[in-house]
Amino acid sequence: MSEITKKVNSKVSRRSVLKGTAAAAGAAVGTGAISGFPTLWAQEKVVLRSVGSGVSHIEPWQKQAEKDLGIKIEMTALGFDGIQNKILTQPKSFDIAEPAGNQMRRIWGSPAAKLQPIEIKRLKHWDECIGMYKSSMKTWSDAKIGDGQHPAKVLYNPGKKKANKFAKAGGSDYLTFMPTVHNADTLGYRRDLVGYEIETWAEMLNPKWKGKVCLQAFPDICMMDLAMAIEARGDIKYGNKGNMTKEEIDKTFVILNDLKKQGHFRAFWTTFMESVNFMTNGEAVIQSMWSPAVTLVQTQGIDVVYADLKEGYRGWTIGNVLAGHLKGKKLDAAYELLNWQWAGFPGALFGRQGYYAPTPERTKKFMSADEYAYWIDGKPTKDGITSPFGGPLAKPGDVRDGGSYKNRMGNIAVWNSEYDEFAYLVKKWSAFQAA
Amino acid sequence: MSIQTQNQESETSKISEIFKKYSAYFQASPLVIVLFIFAVVPVAIILMYSVFIFDGFVTRPGFTFTSYIDFFSEWSSLLNLWHTARIFIITWVITLVLGFIISYFLVFDLISFRVKVFFFLLTVVPFWTSGVVRMTSWIPFLGSKGILNSFLINIGIVDEPVQFFLFSEFAVIVSYIHMFTLFMVAPLFNVMARINPNLIEAAKDQGASGFQILRFIIIPMSKPGIIIGTIFIVALVATDFTAIRILSGAQSGSLANSVSVAFFNGFYPIAAAQSVILLALLLLFVGGLMRVVDIRKQM
Repeated sequence: MSEITKKVNSKVSRRSVLKGTAAAAGAAVGTGAISGFPTLWAQEKVVLRSVGSGVSHIEPWQKQAEKDLGIKIEMTALGFDGIQNKILTQPKSFDIAEPAGNQMRRIWGSPAAKLQPIEIKRLKHWDECIGMYKSSMKTWSDAKIGDGQHPAKVLYNPGKKKANKFAKAGGSDYLTFMPTVHNADTLGYRRDLVGYEIETWAEMLNPKWKGKVCLQAFPDICMMDLAMAIEARGDIKYGNKGNMTKEEIDKTFVILNDLKKQGHFRAFWTTFMESVNFMTNGEAVIQSMWSPAVTLVQTQGIDVVYADLKEGYRGWTIGNVLAGHLKGKKLDAAYELLNWQWAGFPGALFGRQGYYAPTPERTKKFMSADEYAYWIDGKPTKDGITSPFGGPLAKPGDVRDGGSYKNRMGNIAVWNSEYDEFAYLVKKWSAFQAA
Repeated sequence: MSIQTQNQESETSKISEIFKKYSAYFQASPLVIVLFIFAVVPVAIILMYSVFIFDGFVTRPGFTFTSYIDFFSEWSSLLNLWHTARIFIITWVITLVLGFIISYFLVFDLISFRVKVFFFLLTVVPFWTSGVVRMTSWIPFLGSKGILNSFLINIGIVDEPVQFFLFSEFAVIVSYIHMFTLFMVAPLFNVMARINPNLIEAAKDQGASGFQILRFIIIPMSKPGIIIGTIFIVALVATDFTAIRILSGAQSGSLANSVSVAFFNGFYPIAAAQSVILLALLLLFVGGLMRVVDIRKQM
């Protein structure tokens, strides 16, 4: 009898041991003992977790920052929608993030985004920053300000604490985000298939390209492209392409639904590589593209042109926000990283992909004279340009599409924008997809 | 035997009695805990978000049914629902026919058990690559300059590339069939393998035709497999937003796609409300199926 009791006891105890282990494992997970971060060898170094786009979150950027600053950067590259979701739903999961200017009404406006304003006083190179981000909102006195959400409109935070709203351009000593990269986007087209130089946005709606037009599937970007084309063709004169009214949105979608029915659009892309593939596999003849996508297609020997259109460009800006939980040593390190972003190396790195940084004079120091002349001044290259992706990009004597920095960024017709009627737009967008 | 041991014994027997009485609960508890953490809690959070206030840019805690009212007052929601249903029905019919034929072949036409298992495992081969790869691989195949179009042009059936092969609902359905047929094959194979061969022999002896055997034995006895396969297919099709976006070139709608558009734009309450509606519809559908066929009884 006692034998049996013993057995039962031992059974119970084995079970409890099992339970104990499970509980311990659970506790370990719960307390974050298994956090997946190699904290051991980074003990001395400050670790900054950076969430950003594929534009900047590339290995050379990370390596150089770690080398120059003596910190460790854990970088996560996401799409802009992913970055926005992180900021809004997991504000503790990053130290620095890189949203786009055309997301700031949703991000900075939201109390759920626990961020802290950036003190201008602590930005070492602020004086060298281009005028576009200051009170004039212009880098050159004759530059266009452009329709819609100019980044300077969402750049300043009233006061030291995050106010969930914006001060006017230059109206405060605190920034909502620190701009890192900006550019002027336009249409890319296959010159070999088109056969002539495209000069107007209206060409996107030319029935000749039926079934060969590709666009971006982001309503806060794509609507600007469409508005440029529709206005250029003379169908609608918008009050503000970057902030359409409900009626304007409705009218636009009547045209779009019609075009969709005719099979005018081939596809809408959401990733950079999709746009590259559309160009290389012959799905698209003319499409809305990002500058490095054009570069990448060109390096494959395909004659793609990033059009310089008479109506102007669609501008955008991305930048860094600081997490609200940063303080002390980590906050100092974050500011060091911000200052490094404007110190020249990143500017040159992004510049070689066709982008611009807000401190061009610093960029100059990290590019060869020939590179700077080609990428920023829009002059013919003397020695030829090598693509950052490898391989030759431009032969001696070639000129970059769209010309100089001033010709491109001074001609912004409209910015990537969040309309006042943005929610209405997204609803209509969803209906357009389903139509 | 001393009194002490007796006492101890009665105590342990008490404990074991408790164990016996509630053993079912103890045994079920791991699953309950897992389901609670991974199913109940997320759904509760989604429910919570679906009644939050959304001002067009920012989500704020609160209580309102605006997101639901919005959904039902929009023509496009209905359109999205219809698209989801249509794509599901087409996919379902084709995967069912394919799944049935494949399972029938595996179970009744192949004799050796080893060969059966070998061929069944062959149906799993596509799953050795990731879903994204399987889906994306259709682009170079179906594209304007793709393999299929080049072939058709070369043999002279068409003069110009057929546009609707890619970036269309057609492409979406093709990829669904490619990716999901296995989910119909597996339960059908499982159910058919349990049909007693003697039953079929007996039917044959009684003079039943092949069609009669199919109609009165195999199909009725395969019902639970069909139902389980259907549940898989409806769950997979109704919740996919990647394949539909990429293969339709973001030009086809579905409820899940609409959820993802809302979510990626930061419209959380709208995305949450649509998710709740999608979940409710799926539950209704599965619940309805369960009423038609009692899976437990049939298994």
